[in-house]
Amino acid sequence: MTMLSIENLHVTIGDKEIIKGLSLDIPAGEVHAIMGPNGAGKSTLSYTLAGRSGYDVTEGSATLDGDDLLALEPNERAAKGVFLSFQYPLEIPGVPTLTFIRAALNAQRKARGEAEVSAPAFLKLAREAASKLKIDFDMLKRPLNVGFSGGEKKRMEILQMAILSPRLLILDETDSGLDIDALRIVSEGVNAMRSPERSMLVITHYQRLLDYIKPDRVHVLAGGRIVASGGPDLALELEAKGYDQYGKAAA
Amino acid sequence: MSLVRAIEARNAQLLPGRRDESWRYSDLRGVLRAIPEASPEAPHPRTPAPLGDVEADHEIAVINGRSQTTTFRAAAGSSGALRLRIVSRADHTLHQGAFAIDIEDGANLTLIETYEGDGLAYVSDFSLAVSLGEGARLERIVLLDEPADAISISYSEIDLKPGARFAQTVIASGARLQRHETHVRHPGGGADVRLDGLYLLDGKRHADLTTVLAHVAPDGTTRQLTKGLAKDQARGVFQGRILVERGADRTDARMGHHALLLNDGAEIDAKPELEIYADEVSCAHGNTLGSLDEQALFYMRSRGLPEHEARALLMQAFIGEVVDRIEHEGGRKAVADWVAQRLEALA
Repeated sequence: MTMLSIENLHVTIGDKEIIKGLSLDIPAGEVHAIMGPNGAGKSTLSYTLAGRSGYDVTEGSATLDGDDLLALEPNERAAKGVFLSFQYPLEIPGVPTLTFIRAALNAQRKARGEAEVSAPAFLKLAREAASKLKIDFDMLKRPLNVGFSGGEKKRMEILQMAILSPRLLILDETDSGLDIDALRIVSEGVNAMRSPERSMLVITHYQRLLDYIKPDRVHVLAGGRIVASGGPDLALELEAKGYDQYGKAAA
Repeated sequence: MSLVRAIEARNAQLLPGRRDESWRYSDLRGVLRAIPEASPEAPHPRTPAPLGDVEADHEIAVINGRSQTTTFRAAAGSSGALRLRIVSRADHTLHQGAFAIDIEDGANLTLIETYEGDGLAYVSDFSLAVSLGEGARLERIVLLDEPADAISISYSEIDLKPGARFAQTVIASGARLQRHETHVRHPGGGADVRLDGLYLLDGKRHADLTTVLAHVAPDGTTRQLTKGLAKDQARGVFQGRILVERGADRTDARMGHHALLLNDGAEIDAKPELEIYADEVSCAHGNTLGSLDEQALFYMRSRGLPEHEARALLMQAFIGEVVDRIEHEGGRKAVADWVAQRLEALA
């Protein structure tokens, strides 16, 4: 069954059209990778799905479980199960990490009509998730991402993902800024979340991440459109031949 | 003060206003066209005091400028908390009150000073004189929680002896015109002063936190941190002046004012001043104005926080430091609760 369905999506930022008729279906339980050169529209796609203002959809649709995603506020999308792991996670000075995640979790639960998670139950959840990702629990008492290294920030993203337990994961260049050890820890965290009820959209410039997070399908995004789709081998081919062969579509 | 002169002479032309340098941003003369009639006596309010949860050993209420006593003395070596409630229960009338607190050598006092009103468009003018003896300590928590149409002017003079410690936190929610002035004479000699402020404004509220502190002898320290939020057409004013007089060597003074404008139309006027005539002085000031970080807001919302909640959390984070610097535990908690409620209106 299709979980995320994008049809003929057009997105403009300001006066500039970035996404020019993109279509993509991700069935439940599958991991799809989107690869593409810089400027292809990869981040625009992830921000549009998450609902960032300034990204205007001029045509087309995006649905999650058949419901119109584009009509919802960012927080409503989150409550429906959308999670965007940011390429550059924001620093939130003055807000302890634990406070933030608990507020987010309870806001989502409230929006879905579920009971809030009590403080002790939440701490247990956070402790377990932190230990799996080899995050020092004391770090979670510090303001979110403030003064954290690039690798630590990415781990915090995966930690939030593990606790919030979304249904659609969008990983935007999660491998950027990670050394090989951090990449392995982060990928293990993501792989642990693979399930038949969960879909993932992995956006990356390099094939390297896909050695760790094995996709079911690989799509090439160039010039605002999907120009090629295939199995995991497509990523290897791209690594060998580069994106130049799609140069015309990009132009 | 020209305010007192204007009231005595019943001549609104004598009120301070925008042509006076120190009242430039708070145009009392422009707001008050005539001197109102005097407020009548009023009964004690039945409502609990703001910050009512803080335990106090003594409570004194000044109602429409009148109180049973106008002085309080903290005996040498004693320790305690005083609640001073400045209440306005008047419609379109004016009242003035004055109070003096004497904190003797080595005494330790916490002062919970609240300004409240249940009247309409009253004018309140209150002044407080405090003296601290050698080694005495005062932590003063001032909450200005008044109706939007009130005019409220409060003025205080603090005189310290060497070795004394004075810490102040003023929290203002504004009014038609609300001004709180603090004047400190800092004797150095190991005396230490903290002068903090917080203003949380919406609608057409106006709050003015003005401080004048003079280091008059060597070896004194001062820490000052004021933060503010202004929404709608509100206006926040911060005027901080630190004067280091000739001979006040080795003075160590720091002043910071940081504020956020929550939308176009709000206004913040800041006038930080350091005036130094001494040697080997360490003085610094920082002043920043900004707005809520839209990228951080989107990030928070993408994790499920509704916009209102995300804004409140960011504001809380921004101003939290001022509340955290309150040393009296009960006072800090009560202020934190009051602030959290106030932020609901601003988020």
